[in-house]
Amino acid sequence: MSARETLLRAATLLRGDVQADRAVPPSGFTARLTVFTAAAMAFLAVFALALSLATGRLADRWGDELARTSTLRISAPADQILDQTATALRALSTTPGIASARALTPDEQRALLEPWFGPDLPVETLAVPQLIEIVEVDGGFDATGLRARLQAEVPGAVLDDHTRWRAPLVEAATRLRMLGLVALGLIALSTAAMITLAAQAALAANEQVIRVLRLVGARDAYIARAFVRRFTLRAAGGAAAGTAAGMLAVALLPSTDIAGGFLTGLGFRGAGWLWPLLVPPFAAAAAFAATRAASLRTLRSGT
Amino acid sequence: MIELRDVAYSYGGGELFSDLSLTLAPGSFHFLTGPSGAGKTTLLKLCYAALTATAGEVRLWGEDTRGMDRDAVALARRRIGVVHQDCQFLDHLPLAENVALPLTAAGRGDEAEGNLTDLLGWVGLSDQAAQLPPQLSGGERQRAALARAIIMSPDVILADEPTGNIDWEMSQRLLTLLVELNRMGKTVLICTHDLNLIRAAKSQVPARVLRLKGRRLIAAGAEL
Repeated sequence: MSARETLLRAATLLRGDVQADRAVPPSGFTARLTVFTAAAMAFLAVFALALSLATGRLADRWGDELARTSTLRISAPADQILDQTATALRALSTTPGIASARALTPDEQRALLEPWFGPDLPVETLAVPQLIEIVEVDGGFDATGLRARLQAEVPGAVLDDHTRWRAPLVEAATRLRMLGLVALGLIALSTAAMITLAAQAALAANEQVIRVLRLVGARDAYIARAFVRRFTLRAAGGAAAGTAAGMLAVALLPSTDIAGGFLTGLGFRGAGWLWPLLVPPFAAAAAFAATRAASLRTLRSGT
Repeated sequence: MIELRDVAYSYGGGELFSDLSLTLAPGSFHFLTGPSGAGKTTLLKLCYAALTATAGEVRLWGEDTRGMDRDAVALARRRIGVVHQDCQFLDHLPLAENVALPLTAAGRGDEAEGNLTDLLGWVGLSDQAAQLPPQLSGGERQRAALARAIIMSPDVILADEPTGNIDWEMSQRLLTLLVELNRMGKTVLICTHDLNLIRAAKSQVPARVLRLKGRRLIAAGAEL
């Protein structure tokens, strides 16, 4: 079918045929089932979409930020730690590929330890290593060379370029994004399956209607159109309600600033709020395809 | 117009009839009789391609039904008005919309309004136009079914026990309508057990009476 034919069919469907619509009784459990299914699936689709977008952002952020930073940890006796830190900073400032390096303040180190030790930890009285945050330029630096140099000049320094734990984090976020996309696909398939079942139930429940329409010379396409239009509009209506509810629920999730942590990243940002608006048209398209296939299949099996 | 040649039909492992030939010529009037279960309704359904013969050929206006696709069958049915004993209406639609259904299904709904008024008046149902089918009496339903069958001005009218659920007076009225249609040039085939109806018709129109018995179609005897 060409794009023009598809558009023409969609236009015909939207315009509708009042008399054909009236041939099928308007009520029944299949109507409620379709609306409910479309609403529930759209609600879930909005969350799957939010999850997918959020994990995408997370993967990008972790990937970018961790790829451009490294940490130098200096473990030394208390009377040597300041000297070794100063030496390390000097070495770093002359290393090609390093944009900046700075020693973390006691407050920053306290904040890092707070999740494990609680607030007001007296960092100064503990043998806590000094951390130096290194920000790289785009091309990065020669980690092997830097390690060799530090080994000679700052014996207590350990360079961590984040490679060891960055990859699994990015991979986990990427897989979560894939999971969200798979969930979206499954939701679309489930919606189509449920609407197909509802359409088949409606066709079975309206056997008498179909028999009469056939008797008077109605073509299969005419009979199918009456069912397809009804189910498509019901699915679109249900999906619109479900999408609205889903977007509201996502909007009401606690913000990152209030709660912190991973889950609060779930949501849409900026133009991302436009993505869920695609759910109702997709649900309608799935309903259209599923009902049309089910209708024509059922009608072909009869006489 | 409608022609059955050496047709057989098997159902549930048994043969209902075989080597059956029948031609419904334009403007002819036929009665089909026979005992219950002989296959009268089946034969009627073969005539409008609701069933497919297991042997032989059924031709609608020269076209073998076995070679017709579903759209072609639908188009052929628009030239055949069918009246069933149980009428088969859409119970959620008013009578007028039920009668106009063949036109709306054919995409000619805009022609319905003028035709409906005349047609409902002709079958005496002008006052019942807004009623739902379950609110109608048996006779009213049969007349409505006849009105629906002829609203497309078909060439052939097939009626399956059209007087089965109505009294004699109403049967006479319905028969008069069918005879009138035949005089307008329509071909009519009526399946019925009602010998009085056949006798009444034969006094008004040269009707051919066929009997389906013992898996064969034969011309009925002179007693009719």
